[in-house]
Amino acid sequence: MANMTLVKTPMPEQDPQVRAHNFEEVALGYTPEMAMEEAGRCLKCKNPKCVEGCPVNIRIPEFIGLVAEGKFQEAYEVITSTNSLPALSGRVCPQETQCEARCVRGVKGEPVAIGRLERFVADWYRENVNAMPQKVESNGKKVAVVGSGPAGLTCASDLAKKGYEVTLFEALHTAGGVLVYGIPEFRLPKSIVANEVKKLEAQGVTVMTNMVIGRVLTIDELFEMGFKAVFVGSGAGLPMFMNIPGESLKGVMSANEYLTRTNLMKAYDADYDTPIIQSKAVAVVGGGNVAMDGARCAMRLGADHVYIVYRRGEAEMPARKEEQHHAKEEGIEFKTLCNPVEILGDENGRVCGIKCIRMELGEPDASGRRRPVEIPGSEFVLDVDTVIMALGTSPNPLIRSTTPGLETNRKGCLIVNEDEMTTREGVFAGGDAVTGAATVILAMGAGKKAAASIDAYLSK
Amino acid sequence: MFKIVRKKELNSSVTLMEIEAPFVAKKAKAGQFIIFRIDEKSERVPLTIAGYDREKGTVTIIFQKVGFATISLGNLNEGDYIRDFVGPLGKPTAVEGKKRVCVVGGGVGCAIALPSAQAFKEAGAEVDVIVGFRNKDIVILEDEFKACADNLYLMTDDGSYGEQGFVTVKLQQLLEAGREYDEVLAIGPVPMMKFVCKTTEPFGVHTMVSLNPIMVDGTGMCGGCRVTVGGETKFACVDGPEFDGHKVDFAELMNRNSAYRDREAEVSKTHTCRMETMGKKLIP
Repeated sequence: MANMTLVKTPMPEQDPQVRAHNFEEVALGYTPEMAMEEAGRCLKCKNPKCVEGCPVNIRIPEFIGLVAEGKFQEAYEVITSTNSLPALSGRVCPQETQCEARCVRGVKGEPVAIGRLERFVADWYRENVNAMPQKVESNGKKVAVVGSGPAGLTCASDLAKKGYEVTLFEALHTAGGVLVYGIPEFRLPKSIVANEVKKLEAQGVTVMTNMVIGRVLTIDELFEMGFKAVFVGSGAGLPMFMNIPGESLKGVMSANEYLTRTNLMKAYDADYDTPIIQSKAVAVVGGGNVAMDGARCAMRLGADHVYIVYRRGEAEMPARKEEQHHAKEEGIEFKTLCNPVEILGDENGRVCGIKCIRMELGEPDASGRRRPVEIPGSEFVLDVDTVIMALGTSPNPLIRSTTPGLETNRKGCLIVNEDEMTTREGVFAGGDAVTGAATVILAMGAGKKAAASIDAYLSK
Repeated sequence: MFKIVRKKELNSSVTLMEIEAPFVAKKAKAGQFIIFRIDEKSERVPLTIAGYDREKGTVTIIFQKVGFATISLGNLNEGDYIRDFVGPLGKPTAVEGKKRVCVVGGGVGCAIALPSAQAFKEAGAEVDVIVGFRNKDIVILEDEFKACADNLYLMTDDGSYGEQGFVTVKLQQLLEAGREYDEVLAIGPVPMMKFVCKTTEPFGVHTMVSLNPIMVDGTGMCGGCRVTVGGETKFACVDGPEFDGHKVDFAELMNRNSAYRDREAEVSKTHTCRMETMGKKLIP
């Protein structure tokens, strides 16, 4: 008999007052007892809609059934047969719009906590087993994977499992891409990402950091070096700005810069030399996960006031619901239906305020969301000394500008066919480099698909 | 890990290091830069490339020990390793198609003006070089410049060596005397580059400047190095580091470069050099 409780088994979390001042993980994870209790809520549907909602089609009822029986290792094997990075997706996937959105338990009450269970299984395995994968016998074919974010990690892992000799190239000094420079420690501990990279190395993947493909080596040179195929998973790293007056003042930065200093360069740790602005009041412009991450980092770095400034309403915010909820609990103030028009500076060229205008929602736009319209004469000033722009990112032009024949669309995203192959023979691509800024799980799905296509291409 | 294969003190505050970095050496061109990081806890610091040896697989950097990271790097020795060394980044100096150029270097900026002067020479241009230093004690790379310049003008602020005056004084003289250049390339402190641009503007001489703003990743990701050029926002790391100096907003650049100056000042106040402390213990 299923557990018919209408709500999810609560996730133990650090107290908001405490966690707003540290970088340790917010959600502490289920105990085995909690996991088994929650797993009991799954009705094991004959035609499971949740699986359709998952970009990598994890056999969800099957693994949850095993969790309910306390067979955690078996559950891990079911998950990893289709998803090589469950500790990551369990933490950062927008489950509420994917698997959990389709769960029948969600019709009356809350859906099964699929994400939390996935995370539990992955963490249980890492803490209790963490067997390093075995290196498969080489088939002698070299493949280059460019970018070590979620798309690259997945693609490299799948190719290594098939016997390819994979070299993973990363531009920064640590592998992991957005998982290490973007997503903060309190949402995704970096030791978990490092463990995934270690597993890749155990599979025989060579990881090379400090390799900016497009500069140090071009795609053509990779082929000259004997690589038979190349996967480009270089993400969407180019930050956007608003082009409003005052954006060049000291104290205005992209979320990428703020998060990179904080996460990759560990500015919050006094042992590291990384400088970071000491803010009293911070405005973060944007309503996505990156905006929430920036705001929550600012709070943890000691700001007294942190505002989210977003031009649409709260219902339109693209950030995961959990992030919005956590941010509010931590004292972040939401200024929705507000749009910055100017950043104000003092006599030293430092930010001293942000002038915003109030908005109202008009007719739906191309995205289907109601378009925000300015309310004339409603300008007001927020007193802040720091402005973080989290408006979205676009793909970096370094690779496309140095690779003849590689075509992109109007937004600079690489064009691929149904097999994830670009307009250059043997060059495949996936993740944000193709879609523009999207989610970790979609990138993982694309990396997986590309690995299968590369295998088919090189087996011809 | 990247090995320091040679270290030479060029003057009391400027150090030359040759770093073993075969991938960088293979591709490096004049005008491009690298980013180094000493160890796991250090900052990423951009430095324009001062030279390279493709055969040996080494890259030369020349730096002034002004900040925390450069002072720490200066404390390392031949045979030591640094954690990260990535490059070449940015676009190379555009040397093609120029018949006559003038390369202007100021202080430690001369270190990176040299490879550009050499590259212009190799590309067939006639190259005048004006280098400026505060005084005789800090003059660097004089022989190297002599070897590649058709005319070398060495200036010191106090007249203790070469001719007395700023680089702009000499540049003004040459332009007034009717010397014609396809391009002036200025590399040095921001105020110097700004005044070189002011000097060339009335003569209508195309002038490039090499910018070194605050940067984190150097690949276009952080936007920290954004500069306004001709009213447009450019990223020095990918669009530069060299830009048309007559279009650069120097006031904004100087303001942005001071973003962390307070902190640097604080660090240097509270930071006691480990070597000095050790030294004092040995020799009370």
